Amino acid sequence: MSAREEVLARLRAALAGAPPVVPAPGPVPRRQGDRPPGRPELVELLRQRLVDYRAEVHRAAGADVAGTVAAILAAAGARTLVVPAGLPADWRPGTVEVVVDEDLPAARLAGLDAVLTAAAVAVAETGTIVLDAGADQGRRALSLLPDLHVCVVRPAQVVGIVPEALDRLTPGRPLTWISGPSATSDIELSRVEGVHGPRRLHVVLTDG
Amino acid sequence: MRIALFVTCLADTLFPEAAKATVRLLERLGHEVVFPADQTCCGQMHVNTGYPDEALRLVRRHVRAFAPYEVVVAPSGSCVGSVRHQHAMVARRAGDERLAVRAEEVGRRTYELSELLVDVLGVTDVGAYYPHRVTYHPTCHSLRMLRVGDRPLRLLRAVRGLDLVELPQAEQCCGFGGTFAVKNADTSTAMLADKMRNVLANRADVCTAGDASCLMHIGGGLSRLRAGVRTVHLAEILAATGTVGTTRG
Amino acid sequence: MRTFLGMPTTAPAGVGHLRGDEPFPAAARKALGDAQLRRNLRHATTTIRAKSGAVIDEVPDWAELRAAGRAIKADTMARLPELLEQLEAAVTAAGGVVHWAADAVEANRIVTELVRATGADRVMKVKSMATQEIGLNEALEAAGIEPVETDLAELIVQLGNDKPSHILVPAIHRNRAEIREIFRREMPGVDPDLTDEPAALAAAARRHLRQTFLSTKVAVSGANFAVAETGTLAVVESEGNGRMCLTLPETLITVMGIEKVIPTWADLGVFLQLLPRASTGERMNPYTSMWTGVTPGDGPRQVHLVLLDNGRSAVLADPVGRQALHCIRCSACLNVCPVYERTGGHAYGSVYPGPIGAVLSPQLTGVADNASLPYASSLCGACFDACPVLIDIPSILVHLRGQAPHPRAEAAAMAAAAYTMDHPRLYAAAQRAAGLGRVAGRALPPPLNGWTASRDLPAAPPQTFRQWWAERGSGS
Repeated sequence: MSAREEVLARLRAALAGAPPVVPAPGPVPRRQGDRPPGRPELVELLRQRLVDYRAEVHRAAGADVAGTVAAILAAAGARTLVVPAGLPADWRPGTVEVVVDEDLPAARLAGLDAVLTAAAVAVAETGTIVLDAGADQGRRALSLLPDLHVCVVRPAQVVGIVPEALDRLTPGRPLTWISGPSATSDIELSRVEGVHGPRRLHVVLTDG
Repeated sequence: MRIALFVTCLADTLFPEAAKATVRLLERLGHEVVFPADQTCCGQMHVNTGYPDEALRLVRRHVRAFAPYEVVVAPSGSCVGSVRHQHAMVARRAGDERLAVRAEEVGRRTYELSELLVDVLGVTDVGAYYPHRVTYHPTCHSLRMLRVGDRPLRLLRAVRGLDLVELPQAEQCCGFGGTFAVKNADTSTAMLADKMRNVLANRADVCTAGDASCLMHIGGGLSRLRAGVRTVHLAEILAATGTVGTTRG
Repeated sequence: MRTFLGMPTTAPAGVGHLRGDEPFPAAARKALGDAQLRRNLRHATTTIRAKSGAVIDEVPDWAELRAAGRAIKADTMARLPELLEQLEAAVTAAGGVVHWAADAVEANRIVTELVRATGADRVMKVKSMATQEIGLNEALEAAGIEPVETDLAELIVQLGNDKPSHILVPAIHRNRAEIREIFRREMPGVDPDLTDEPAALAAAARRHLRQTFLSTKVAVSGANFAVAETGTLAVVESEGNGRMCLTLPETLITVMGIEKVIPTWADLGVFLQLLPRASTGERMNPYTSMWTGVTPGDGPRQVHLVLLDNGRSAVLADPVGRQALHCIRCSACLNVCPVYERTGGHAYGSVYPGPIGAVLSPQLTGVADNASLPYASSLCGACFDACPVLIDIPSILVHLRGQAPHPRAEAAAMAAAAYTMDHPRLYAAAQRAAGLGRVAGRALPPPLNGWTASRDLPAAPPQTFRQWWAERGSGS
């Protein structure tokens, strides 16, 4: 008997003796938040929740994402920026050296100061942005190794609660849910920011 | 109302004042109290120590003793919890579905004292007078199995002369746990030490609760410390009118 | 050779970390004597209780989420064989390789062989209870492969030659000053002036592990969830060490207890709301990674999933105890447990400490091998109240006590007590005798002297209630 057959046979025997009683479904939890995606109150809630977990949030007026990003990088002293190949060209700041990720080795990525990506969806209630490795976000390592992550979120991408985000995502894609900069609660269960992932997270909220 | 007293073996044997106070209080409120003489122990000790087979005969006895009564009261959240949540389980485990159903019926008609007063009899001011500084320990089974909530506090707040002071970290277990206090005596003692520190924190002169078992544990520790704080069952405070000596050190 | 083909089987002895060296009361006594440990635990559990309570209060449908979590898990257990086959098919279709391990020995062998096949002599690990349970690190070391723990708390434990004492925060028993000492002693090249500021300690771990992340070819992880319908695995973490391990190496090996499977993608919505708030007291943990087999050009090219039984089938066979398999490893029950707060996790002897450990470990090993654990609780019920998937831990504890081997003298005394209590006249006589007996003193003989070591017995009343009642009746 293979281990597979062995385990499955054991489980079937375990259930045959006393079939489990599945509790009747009670009141169903929320599938949607109380506001439709993209509403200004929702974007404001996202901003508050991001700030609460030590992300820095910026509003990009009009179409000036590049200018906002340039200011963030300048303030952080970042001189090199890596971007995914599919990032909108007009988001790239002209003020720093921009490297397009073309399967760069991990050590090279780790040596760059900052990364700029889009997002797939954001969850207001939890202060979460989700990356799905789309062309404007790049592979997972890209948003992991540089120490500063700048992420651009459009209002239409902001949903209220987690189930709404899952509805918008494609399960087969590699997904990274990000809620603030890397952190740990491992020392006396107090949260401190800044461990292995990017130590600084800046979110740029566009207004259209 | 005719109310059957489920005295509990602990109150019967070691803390009769709590049971007597329950009788006096209910009679003062105009009710008839009866005492089914066939009752002994609900079997909680057996169930919680791992002897459900031995508990079965006690469950059967308890159900038989209390089945005839519409309303049953016990001065113990823990024993009521056992009747409500364990008796049917013990019966079903033994394959006795009929007993399980009867146990559930008895369980539904069995109330912890503060539940009976507030929910069934609809009183919060029982006319008591008790001029002492009192802190209340919400015992775990009253709190989490029965969900008595603030009923005991509402009753205490209505007692004339009583100065109710907060118990810090009130909802933490005192460390009794029946067999736990014996099998894990060191851990139980550590929990008790913290409970006593909290009892002493607000300079109460009486610590009360709805369970004689937890009070025995806390009182035993306070007595060893010669702390000067007495433990008094909730029923004794509610029965006190200032004319009858109902409290005992 | 397996002895009982196809029958639910407990976890084998001699491998892994499910059995302690001594019974709980003895281990607890030592832990209780450590004042620093008590302070560390009190501080940490008090902190997390407050944080968790605050973010749970923000959720309007918390009760519905808990009920849904319980229902999904119960449904999962009822269909576990089919769901695992569905998961296997989905992972395989996405380019992953699925392995089955009946027990710890098999799982360790499978992982060791997979690592050997890559030629690597070092693996990096994401914190995983399953691999702690089976003793994977020891098995890898025996095969000449160095396992590097990358979670900060696991790293503290590994560097300190220590044992984990908490499901979520294995180094919860260490405070910042102790962690600084461990780092100064064990971390090569560490700044000798390292302070005990948590941020400085975290930064030291970052520097220490950076090169490991960039150069290690194989990673081993656990999984918080595995979605049967999509083949998606999820790891919930905070530091980014998980992302490093799940993204940068060429080969990823995930070891997962079979109970971690959930039926559908939408079910993640329930658990991703419950877990962080109950666990770290955050609205959402900093990072959650989800992957489905192999994605060309993104992450590991070899993806393995090891499905582990190791006693879980035996747990599933118990109609009362099986709900312990619903556990999502949040640790909320540890953080609210008055016993855990005072003894810490080591006293439980298993990688699964606290209330959930007290019901899970004895079931995984067979109750006889962990007979003291079901008694390591005052049955206060705080764990049940805190559990985000509504596991009735007190009822399972009581149920397992009924299965535990009993001391002969205790069993005789309990049988005699039940007999006496079933005969009211004998019972009344015994009550009177008890009152008289205690005139002799306020201390009890063994084994009941644990009580009177720190507590006085109440003074015996002059008469029992039923004597009073009888007199009152005849007198009126």
